[in-house]
Amino acid sequence: MSEQVMIEVENLTRKFGGFVAVDHVSFAVPKGRVFGFLGPNGAGKSTTIRMLTTLLRPTAGTARISGYDLVKEPDKVRRKIGLVSEKLIVYDRLTARENLRLFGRLNHLPDDIIRERTEHWLRALKMEPWADHLAGTFSTGMKQRVNIARALLNMPEVLFLDEPTLGLDPQTTRSIREFIQDLRSQGVTIVLTTHQMYEAEALCDTIGIIDRGRMVAVGTSSELKKMLNGDGTAVIDLEIPNLSDDMVTAIAEVPSVKHIGHETATRLRVQTVAGTAGGASGAGGADPGAPGDTIGQVLARLLSSGARLASVNMAEPTLEDVFVQLTGHEMRDEVQDKVPSGRGHSRQRVAQRVAR
Amino acid sequence: MRQTLKDAFEIAWKDLADFFRDRMRLISFIIMPIFMMVMTGYIFPSQNSLNGVSIAVVNGDGGGAAASRVAAGLEQIEIGGTKSFNLLSASSADEAKDLIRQGRISGAIVIPAGFTQGIMSGKQAQVTIITDQSNPQVSAMLGTMLEKVVDAFSTKVAEEKLRAVTAMAPVPLLGDPDAAVRPFVVRQEGIVAGEPNYFQFMAPGIMAMVVVMAVMMGLAGAIAREREIGTLDGILVAPINRLSIILGKTFSQSVRGFTQGALVLVLAVLLFHVRVYGSLLLVALLLVLGIFSFVGLGILISAFASEQETAMTILMTLNFPMMFLSGAFFPVQQMPEIMRWLSRLIPLSYTIQGLRKVMILGAGLGAITTEIAVLAGFGLVTLAIAVPAFSKAITR
Repeated sequence: MSEQVMIEVENLTRKFGGFVAVDHVSFAVPKGRVFGFLGPNGAGKSTTIRMLTTLLRPTAGTARISGYDLVKEPDKVRRKIGLVSEKLIVYDRLTARENLRLFGRLNHLPDDIIRERTEHWLRALKMEPWADHLAGTFSTGMKQRVNIARALLNMPEVLFLDEPTLGLDPQTTRSIREFIQDLRSQGVTIVLTTHQMYEAEALCDTIGIIDRGRMVAVGTSSELKKMLNGDGTAVIDLEIPNLSDDMVTAIAEVPSVKHIGHETATRLRVQTVAGTAGGASGAGGADPGAPGDTIGQVLARLLSSGARLASVNMAEPTLEDVFVQLTGHEMRDEVQDKVPSGRGHSRQRVAQRVAR
Repeated sequence: MRQTLKDAFEIAWKDLADFFRDRMRLISFIIMPIFMMVMTGYIFPSQNSLNGVSIAVVNGDGGGAAASRVAAGLEQIEIGGTKSFNLLSASSADEAKDLIRQGRISGAIVIPAGFTQGIMSGKQAQVTIITDQSNPQVSAMLGTMLEKVVDAFSTKVAEEKLRAVTAMAPVPLLGDPDAAVRPFVVRQEGIVAGEPNYFQFMAPGIMAMVVVMAVMMGLAGAIAREREIGTLDGILVAPINRLSIILGKTFSQSVRGFTQGALVLVLAVLLFHVRVYGSLLLVALLLVLGIFSFVGLGILISAFASEQETAMTILMTLNFPMMFLSGAFFPVQQMPEIMRWLSRLIPLSYTIQGLRKVMILGAGLGAITTEIAVLAGFGLVTLAIAVPAFSKAITR
């Protein structure tokens, strides 16, 4: 335990009226590590980041960042952190350089240091040729790079990145991910939020899965996945060209099937629990049997309901599967809750029925 | 404190750079006061003048000499080289009323049959003026002017009669027949030389309004806008005093407001021949205080409006009554008691009142101490409420 803890969050809670956006969230991040918040939209990721960056007062709980208390010493915390928020903090009618000079001065840095760091970060982010162009003429990816340079001007010990690659093209996304890894190797502690599994797996040392304001699990990506393997969960990918709702209903009746994900019009991802020690969760008392049995049952039901199986694969569990296992719903469901569609509804009904 | 001011300056510089680099905004920024000045200058009745207003003369007296003289008198009235009236004739009072209803004339004068006869035979004659009640302003002015014409005419008749009487008397009974008919005349004298000018009255009001509203709108709008697009977070996450945000925004908006105010003044002087009788420094002082008195209110609005549109809606709601109650367009003295009382609650009224004293009457510092005290007091009280509320509201 010689590691220096840079962020220590204790029971951080935020209510908006009667709605609890963040509900007693606690975690700690050692120096030089990347902590990732993974969760669907509206899970409370941004609200947590806003509290940790002093932009929003917690209703209850607190956090220590770089040794300073968030609630009692916000100004000291502000000196230690950098923020790349969901919305770009870049003024369109200032040039890249002017933007950086403004925020450098607001961070009370001397002009020569601002100049030096501006050159440094613009070069590191490959924005040098556009240093004296108005930010309004930039693409979103270019603006995001200026935005990141801005957040790094005060050489923060802790960098908060709220959906840093949201809406960016694949190339920029990749270069920003590489840049985050560079920063990590330089000892910067990073907290980032994302709703992309891949991003969380690729960048984060520790992942906190957050759903409806609650932190449902914390661990490394392999630790989280082990939670599934440990209880004998298996994931099967099925490709069925003539997939119908009847087939989905037929599989749903298998007791050990925990969740059915409708990936595409012809693809199903079936999560099953197998009781290694007799009873399993969600099996409703029936003996689920060994994993092989479950798979056999699923396939048998599919064939008897007329399914043509194009492919059957045992899949390596992903963080998405972990999320489903922990919350009983898919990450995408949250988004679709807001725009209900016929498909989304029927799938959810199945999902709910299965996840008794 | 020095650091706070430095931070405020940075924010102000950013705001101004942002503003002056937006060409469209800059153009409308310059055009707005020009429109304001030209519009209010030209559409409001600049003097008690009527231009080519059509009226009908119903001459029931036929060929009577006196009636013709009244009509001729009307025709000759002119202000600034243009004839005030455009005379039509109507055959009866009823026809004249019909013409008014059709909107073809704005009023009529009815000379009854036997008008000349009556005057000659020493009786009191009567003329009737028909006015268009759907247009109270024109009809009031018309009434006044027609009365004047008739009055001047009757005075002339009286003088002639008196002269005739005096001439017949063996010894001069009276001195000047003029003096007998009109024992006294009125001579007007203002505080400063020159004719009273309507623009002179309007200019201080418009200037104060443009400056104060530009600042208040700019302040509330700019903060709400930055919050909406997210850049405010960048400022808030920097280790700066919350006061420097307010100061910076106020400073940049004041520069804009002042520029517009100066533009209004220059236009007023060049286009409308307005003269500033008092000191320009006092004018500037009053404008600064006028801005100061509204900063608190602007910040309060921005603290509670999370979106720019909300802020603008609140401001519009406040601005509209303020425009009228402050006396920018209409003299407060003409308003009913309750409105005059309300007007006293609006700081803009004091700015305008002070500016009028200085600009029109050439008043010195001593004459505007009340206005200065009220403006400073209002500003201090609202700021004392707004600054803590703002700091609290932006981090909710």
